[in-house]
Amino acid sequence: MSAVKTGRGWAVIGVPYVWLLLFFLLPFLIVLKISISEMDIASVKDVLTVQNGAIVLNARFSNYVTLVTDDLYFSTYLSSLKYATVTTVLCLAIGYPFAYFMARARATIQPALLMLVMLPFWTSFLLRVYAWKGLLTEHGWAHAVITSTGLDHLLLRAGLIPGEGQLMNTPFSLVLGMTYTYLPFMILPLYSNLAKMDLRLLEAASDLGATAWVAFWKITVPLSKAGIIAGAMLVFIPCVGEYVIPELLGGPQTQMIGRTLWDEFFSNNDWPMASVVAAAMVLLVIVPLALFNKYQAEANEGRA
Amino acid sequence: MSTESAFLEIREIVKDFGGHKAVNHVSIAIAKGEIFALLGSSGCGKTTLLRMLAGFETPTSGSILLDGKDLAGLPPYERPLNMMFQSYALFPHLSVRDNIAFGLKRDKLPSNEVAARVDAMLKLVQLERFGQRKPHQLSGGQQQRVALARSLAKKPQLLLLDEPLGALDKKLREETQIELVNIIHEVGVTCVMVTHDQEEAMTMASRIAVMSEGRFLQVGAPAEIYETPANRFVADFIGNVNLMDGTLVKDEIDHVLVRCADCTHYVGHGITGTEGMAVSVALRPEKIRISREGPSSSDGVDGDFNRVRGTVKDMAYFGSFTVYHLALASGAVLKISASNTERHRDHAIGVGDIAWASWSPTAQVVLTS
Repeated sequence: MSAVKTGRGWAVIGVPYVWLLLFFLLPFLIVLKISISEMDIASVKDVLTVQNGAIVLNARFSNYVTLVTDDLYFSTYLSSLKYATVTTVLCLAIGYPFAYFMARARATIQPALLMLVMLPFWTSFLLRVYAWKGLLTEHGWAHAVITSTGLDHLLLRAGLIPGEGQLMNTPFSLVLGMTYTYLPFMILPLYSNLAKMDLRLLEAASDLGATAWVAFWKITVPLSKAGIIAGAMLVFIPCVGEYVIPELLGGPQTQMIGRTLWDEFFSNNDWPMASVVAAAMVLLVIVPLALFNKYQAEANEGRA
Repeated sequence: MSTESAFLEIREIVKDFGGHKAVNHVSIAIAKGEIFALLGSSGCGKTTLLRMLAGFETPTSGSILLDGKDLAGLPPYERPLNMMFQSYALFPHLSVRDNIAFGLKRDKLPSNEVAARVDAMLKLVQLERFGQRKPHQLSGGQQQRVALARSLAKKPQLLLLDEPLGALDKKLREETQIELVNIIHEVGVTCVMVTHDQEEAMTMASRIAVMSEGRFLQVGAPAEIYETPANRFVADFIGNVNLMDGTLVKDEIDHVLVRCADCTHYVGHGITGTEGMAVSVALRPEKIRISREGPSSSDGVDGDFNRVRGTVKDMAYFGSFTVYHLALASGAVLKISASNTERHRDHAIGVGDIAWASWSPTAQVVLTS
């Protein structure tokens, strides 16, 4: 009898599911409940109440209507998606060549290179993001480098900063911070994918007349698709809901959904509206995740 | 073979890996249409030599000429040859059709020509119905045929095969050997193959080079290599053999006598040697007869030659033949392979029996190195 059919097998599988049920699904259902509740001064009313022996449903969907009709939410979601996409593309553009050469480096130095990629995790994420504030203000050396090389003219023309020398609290500083923070999450899955690749396939391509460049685009890139997707998901999904980086490095131009959520909860104290925003964000994240899982399943089937 | 008729010519090629000469001054001329096998155990340099032909390794010195043109400096993707890789290296993300079309598309052929060529290749390897499949959806034998089709699609002047049947199981290998040779002959391509499997080399190749430690020890047709090995290594490497050390006691034009520990060999051919020199005698197991009573005379040779008495120590029944291990007086063991031509043998020799082994004067080969 296989282990899965025994009680212990079920327990091993069951524990994480129970965990997810208790600490993910249940809280999410509570959030959904709050999103259709009414708000008293300080507390949320129950959706179902018993009045005179009859069950009364006090559901209210007006917040969902607000979400769709109010421009603010729509444009905030859009802006979140935009910054998450830009960050993902930048991480891929920087991370892919990096992961590629790391995977092709001598086997003896690969562990050291891998260690260096993970080194930033040894310092608090908050501290590292905060450090950028210092670097990008007028007295920071990163600021000095960017202005002295004339890079800020380019950024200004691209509309990423409002004026020359103004680097902090701009779309530029936000994207820089997010790219910096999430780059390792792109590199690691790409590296593990590229390191596994059968190099004889490149020899075969070369033998059949493909230059190194053609072999890269026709063989290496398609075969690393799973790594690209995994890395993109690991960067994109947390970026959509990112709160800390927009708060520290973003500005008035860079309204993101995480900050809106914070504002609804703590400034406006409108829990139902905040819950609506949260629920919509989960949906926004679940769709790409579902697509990713579908692709993974197909890829696994393909390899079997 | 004269240099003029050579299609592929390898001249004094050396590959030095940091002081270790993987290929050590190898020269060979291969004619058009030939299937040439590089045979040797792993690490003998055969794969390095093949990879130098393909362009994946650069020779330390020496040159390779294909149809009179020097291949030096040409990267793999510009060489007019194709390789079938060990365990095939099929592109897993591409369909069978796209795998075969890969090389053709690199030549910027119009798509209708590519399609026609792919169809022709699929027909050649009898995989017409499998064009849309991915490699992992095919059996090992089918994958092997896709790899062959892919390497032949560009009509290469030279086909390189790296352990072409190594990934197949024994039964399939035997069938595929013949099929592969038929396809290669049909296409008419010159072929260099690498194998560690002597049977594969024997059945497929028109000539074999036996390699060891980066050198060619002998080059010749399969029968030549088997029946007249040039030295002890080749005799031992190809097939089973009994090697007996001895002394050359008589050297005549038409025969020689070699005295070994257990018997004296009368060999029906002359050799270039001097009396008293140490030689080895190679004797294939299937060329020895085994019997209970000693032969009255050894095939017309008078005197006590070409026979020896011993005790059957081991016996292995293989169906079509039986292998006997005959322990001789000196402690040496003589391997004898006897065909089982009859179903029931009344006086079958068994373990522990005393038996005679005998052979004709044409059975042995005298090796001086």
